[in-house]
Amino acid sequence: MSDEYDNNKSYQAQSSEVMDGSTGSVNPDIDYVRPAEVGEQELYHGHSFIEKWVFCQDAKVIGVQYFLTAVFTGIVGLILSWLMRLQLGFPELAGFMTAEHYYQFVTMHGMIMVVYFLTALFLGGFGNYLIPLMVGARDMVFPYVNMLSFWMFFVAVAVLMASFFVPGGPTGAGWTLYPPQTILEGTPGSGMGILLMLISLSLFVIGFTMGGLNYMITILQARTRGMTLMRMPLTVWGIFTATVLAMLAFPALLVSAIMMTLDKVLQTSFFMPTILKAGEVLEYGGGSPILFQHLFWFFGHPEVYIVALPAFGIVSDLISVHARKNIFGYRMMVWAIVGIGGLSFFVWAHHMYVSGMNPWFGFFFATTTLIIAVPTAMKVYNWILTLWRGNIRINTVMLWCLGFIVTFVNGGITGIFLGNVSVDVPLSDTYFVIAHFHMVMGIAPLMVIMGAVYHWFPLVAGKMLHEGLGKWHFWITFLGAYSIYFPMHYLGFIGVPRRYFEMYDSPYMTSAVGMNEFISIAAFIVGAAQFILVFNIIKTLKTGKKAEQNPWKANSLEWYTSTVPPEHGNFGERLPVVHRWPYDFSVPGAKDDFIPQTTAPSEVIHTEVEKT
Amino acid sequence: MHAGIIFLLVIIGSVLFHIFTPWYWTDIASNWGGMDDTITLTFWVGGGVFVAVCLFMIYCVFRYSHKEDRRAEYKPEDKKLEKILTWATTLGVAALLAPGLIIWNQYVNVPKNAIEVDVMAWQWGWQYRLPGADGKLGTTQVRNIADNNPFGINPDDPFGRDDIMVESDVINLENNRPVKILLRSVDVLHNWYVPQFRAKMDAVPGTVTFYWFEPNKVGEYEVLCAEYCGVGHYAMRGGVEVQNKADYEVWLSEQETFEQLSARYEKLNVDGNKLAKK
Repeated sequence: MSDEYDNNKSYQAQSSEVMDGSTGSVNPDIDYVRPAEVGEQELYHGHSFIEKWVFCQDAKVIGVQYFLTAVFTGIVGLILSWLMRLQLGFPELAGFMTAEHYYQFVTMHGMIMVVYFLTALFLGGFGNYLIPLMVGARDMVFPYVNMLSFWMFFVAVAVLMASFFVPGGPTGAGWTLYPPQTILEGTPGSGMGILLMLISLSLFVIGFTMGGLNYMITILQARTRGMTLMRMPLTVWGIFTATVLAMLAFPALLVSAIMMTLDKVLQTSFFMPTILKAGEVLEYGGGSPILFQHLFWFFGHPEVYIVALPAFGIVSDLISVHARKNIFGYRMMVWAIVGIGGLSFFVWAHHMYVSGMNPWFGFFFATTTLIIAVPTAMKVYNWILTLWRGNIRINTVMLWCLGFIVTFVNGGITGIFLGNVSVDVPLSDTYFVIAHFHMVMGIAPLMVIMGAVYHWFPLVAGKMLHEGLGKWHFWITFLGAYSIYFPMHYLGFIGVPRRYFEMYDSPYMTSAVGMNEFISIAAFIVGAAQFILVFNIIKTLKTGKKAEQNPWKANSLEWYTSTVPPEHGNFGERLPVVHRWPYDFSVPGAKDDFIPQTTAPSEVIHTEVEKT
Repeated sequence: MHAGIIFLLVIIGSVLFHIFTPWYWTDIASNWGGMDDTITLTFWVGGGVFVAVCLFMIYCVFRYSHKEDRRAEYKPEDKKLEKILTWATTLGVAALLAPGLIIWNQYVNVPKNAIEVDVMAWQWGWQYRLPGADGKLGTTQVRNIADNNPFGINPDDPFGRDDIMVESDVINLENNRPVKILLRSVDVLHNWYVPQFRAKMDAVPGTVTFYWFEPNKVGEYEVLCAEYCGVGHYAMRGGVEVQNKADYEVWLSEQETFEQLSARYEKLNVDGNKLAKK
């Protein structure tokens, strides 16, 4: 592709040109793109194996490191979910499992999946790999800090995993870690387990802040010439907004982790009121357990969108590319992402309607929560309107996108139940909640991750994943996951509370024994089906078909690198120059059904391009 | 093609499952039928949107699947359509929110004639206290809790002397009389939840929380703890017996007051001292 730039003269940072640009003088040349304002970044290329693959400063390698570490924790989380389902479906086979074990598995499964798997995978994995490529940068702006970010995450994971092996085992406080029970005897792992969890979370936040600063500043400051904000792929918009949310939300988690550590170690009473335990009054007094819940959910609700927004962005791009159609309502999509991100800071207490906070809060938080449904619904409409009158390739990537739409709409609708304060009263703390959030922030984002893996694998590895295996992987996962979580809502209607080790013989609960067995079997199958992907990847790396450059005929910059897979520095001699948004598919008058972002207007003079 | 058919079957299956499910809410036994109604309304509206969106998606999959000789439409934006969709969604959401808020308003405003019940929770059990003849509960403090004062009533509070102690995990309630549940905990979070009453609220140590309902069906119900409270959470059950006024009053008259309980303990003490002297 480099011959496209031969006509461009080499630009250097010159203050006079910067001045020209900012005063808005118009160049009559239709191919004019504002000159670069700063010189090019100098990259440190690794010399040894360790510098190239271990302590590496290349964002792409860091992205893969994040990805693999997150997947490892995800597999641990998956195995824990199998153990939980074994207990719930077939308790007679789970004789080795005590209530302590069960609660430890519940807790670790939740924390791993939300923080160490989904967050790390979307922002650390896809963020690192895709941001520099998609905005046309050679690397993140602070490569060394970026490397530290991954290794901090790695240590956080190591500390988390270590808690399985300390006396008392990992914490069993539930992933929400609500005090006072979290640090009192009576909860498994209330000694070393909870301390390691709090330390690990603190390390995660520190590491994540290093990465997050990189993502934000790279997107704001290191975009290539012509890449205006409103020409960025929605993937970048999603990751960018999620990162801003993370920068604002994670401090609340860090603060609550620190305070709880002090309550545990130094007997301070941030969250601890007067407590009577085993006939004795403990040395606590005056603290507020609800304060912790406010802090936790001030982090925890934006956290949902930290996972969801990158998924929204990525799925938009995948749908557009594979439907061969521009994303419908791009500007609406951008503002919806930003709007949802902003609103997500005003809804946190909808997790606390029955927490005992002042009940008058309910009016405010129910209203804000249901307002957020509007931009979210707009995104859904725009996804299906993108399919409408498209030219849709029904390949593995598209299947994952369609599966995402079904599960996300399903989970979004049940969110309206739970957000609507008085409807939440009978349903909160039941299996309805579990079904809702697994559908909307477990399965739906997972569908996007899988779609993204099949979509970008040719770029990362230079080989095409096997389509047939991919389709099997999709259908087993989608149908299985749907049959786990769709019926589970009805357990919640019956009134079965969550976090129950055993149901005993309450009549309305025993009626659900059959369903619990069914859900467990589905969960075993869906979990096992994920190894189809592992097999597919190993097989493809060994004997797979070599990928041509830009196999999907996409427009965004990551497919226009000098080599596939891209080398350190991404774009060879010259950085690409951007002339249009990444969604010029099926433009009337154009020879192909796609026009890359790098194509200058003069090259496609006969086309009727509406938006650039 | 196959993909569209399978997705279609999933949607049809979901609707059929909802219609024929043997698992649905328990028979309601309180005044909170409005919550069930709002759930039903949300099901109609939300379920309708879910089915419509999915059917539209499936239609697109059938109608617009890839052909080499066809081009997709090129239309980046449609302001009018986007506006219509935004307003329609806003209206739909508002229509769901309104009944939700109206019922919440009832939920947080307790009727004046409600009888107060002090529900005290600990790891892992329940006990209950009712106001005596004066109609008022005495104030309490965790530090006062002792064998002769299981609820931690302040000994100087005159309202506490005639409080009725129910040292059992089962409480009796009068049918068709509103109850204000006052929740407190001496250790960690708990939640006193009877599925048939629909209502729930956390018990939080260090404060008193509340909610109310009016039982309207005589019978026995199981109480579940609905807020994770440590390793015994799943076993923390209790009971409610809703009775007619006559039966309820018989039961009430058999319960011990704080004064009687204190007297019994003093007697025990005196007897104990006598024994020790002998």
